[in-house]
Amino acid sequence: MSAATKHDLGDVILRVEDLHKRYGKDEILRGVTFELRRGETKVVIGPSGTGKSTLLRCINQLSVPDKGRVWLEDVEITHARTNINRVRAQIGFVFQDFNLFNHLTALHNVSLGLIKVKKMPKGAALRRAREELARVGLAAKENSYPAELSGGQKQRVSIARALAMDPKLILFDEPTSALDPELIGEVLEVMIQLARGGMTMIVVSHEMGFARAVADRIIFMEGGGILEEGTPSDLFTCPRCERTGQFLRKITELYGETDGQ
Amino acid sequence: MNFFEFAGSVLPRFLGAVGITLELTAVGIGAGLVLGLLLALTRVYANRVVSGIANVYIQFMRGTPLVIQVLVIYFGLPPYFKAIGLKPLSSLAAGCLAMALNSAAYQAEYIRGAIQAISSGQMQAARSMGMTKTQAVRHVILPQALRIVLPSWSNELIYTLLYSSTVYFIGLEELSYASMKIAAKSGRVLDSYIVAGVMYLILVVFLSRVLAYAEARLRIPGLAIEERAR
Repeated sequence: MSAATKHDLGDVILRVEDLHKRYGKDEILRGVTFELRRGETKVVIGPSGTGKSTLLRCINQLSVPDKGRVWLEDVEITHARTNINRVRAQIGFVFQDFNLFNHLTALHNVSLGLIKVKKMPKGAALRRAREELARVGLAAKENSYPAELSGGQKQRVSIARALAMDPKLILFDEPTSALDPELIGEVLEVMIQLARGGMTMIVVSHEMGFARAVADRIIFMEGGGILEEGTPSDLFTCPRCERTGQFLRKITELYGETDGQ
Repeated sequence: MNFFEFAGSVLPRFLGAVGITLELTAVGIGAGLVLGLLLALTRVYANRVVSGIANVYIQFMRGTPLVIQVLVIYFGLPPYFKAIGLKPLSSLAAGCLAMALNSAAYQAEYIRGAIQAISSGQMQAARSMGMTKTQAVRHVILPQALRIVLPSWSNELIYTLLYSSTVYFIGLEELSYASMKIAAKSGRVLDSYIVAGVMYLILVVFLSRVLAYAEARLRIPGLAIEERAR
């Protein structure tokens, strides 16, 4: 490996083995295998329709893979007898279109899971929710409803909602793709803080600046499989695959180097 | 005797009838809501067989007139009740039951539509934080769906109130039947029906107001802010 990782990575926390998923005739995932270490930030890039989102959704079983296995530490998530709700409570998920609960204030969006899933007493849950909102810079917005927030604010609330659950890792599914360009920075900033603070995360994103700044490893996916995996400098400076280099050049041209700094 | 003296003289009898009308409406809409909610959840979330059974029920109740349903429950079923050792229903109980069974089918369709109008992302977000499907439905889907359903539910409430007159066929003296009887007895046909009509109108206006208030109170801030175009 040519570049050192940004901080020491721990043991393997998530293992994905030979995932396959098809929708009707289309085979979206054709055998995806990788490992994620504690504290690692892995950025998944690749052309649209190559199964990046499906991969994330197969990890927490929002989509059930046809074949293959996923382990969170020593628990096999894909095993039929595993309590999937217990596993999901440990894996944060941040959606492209936020999916905040429309009928709840920012505060209650964040506290709902604590109260209903973690069975935390209401007072403690609200305290914790306020801390998380402060962490994403939205302490002043706790009484706002989703429809009263900007896209960037919504996405930060949804990150706070994921953080409140004390997840072992967070999956980000194109977290800035639905945002106006001027709102992307505030979300990336929060994510950079998280990555640097040692949060374990998988981020599907086209934000090359973000990837370059905080990714420990980048996965390049195409056609339902992993074409290449390496550190940012591996992939940006000397891609072993011609195709990865092409894609990176194109994406950098299109999206520039927004990195929220 | 002018109209107002007449109206005053028949008022006590009308008020008794209003009581029956309100009882039919309250039970019809209330029990109908509980059953309708169950039917709607079944339609959306149960497996194909159970959902299909709920659908048959809904289609059947919406596809046959309320009059027939009332007559079947009051006159058609008692022999079978007797056979299994049950007492026949009173006309009020039969009327309430018919109203509830009928309204449930309509309410189920309204609620089903509202549930299906909630974006699938809401369910995914709830499940992805570890909620069971039941928790997600209860804490995320239904609070939103029931807000959406409120305007059409207001209509259902008014229909239920107005169509409660159908139980006249089994001899229940609710507002409409009472007005017919009074019209026949007093000979003041138009006046009797005007009094009854005004009473219906007062009830409908009152209930509409209450529901409009509830809608305003339950509205989610920031959502659907209407801008009036000229």
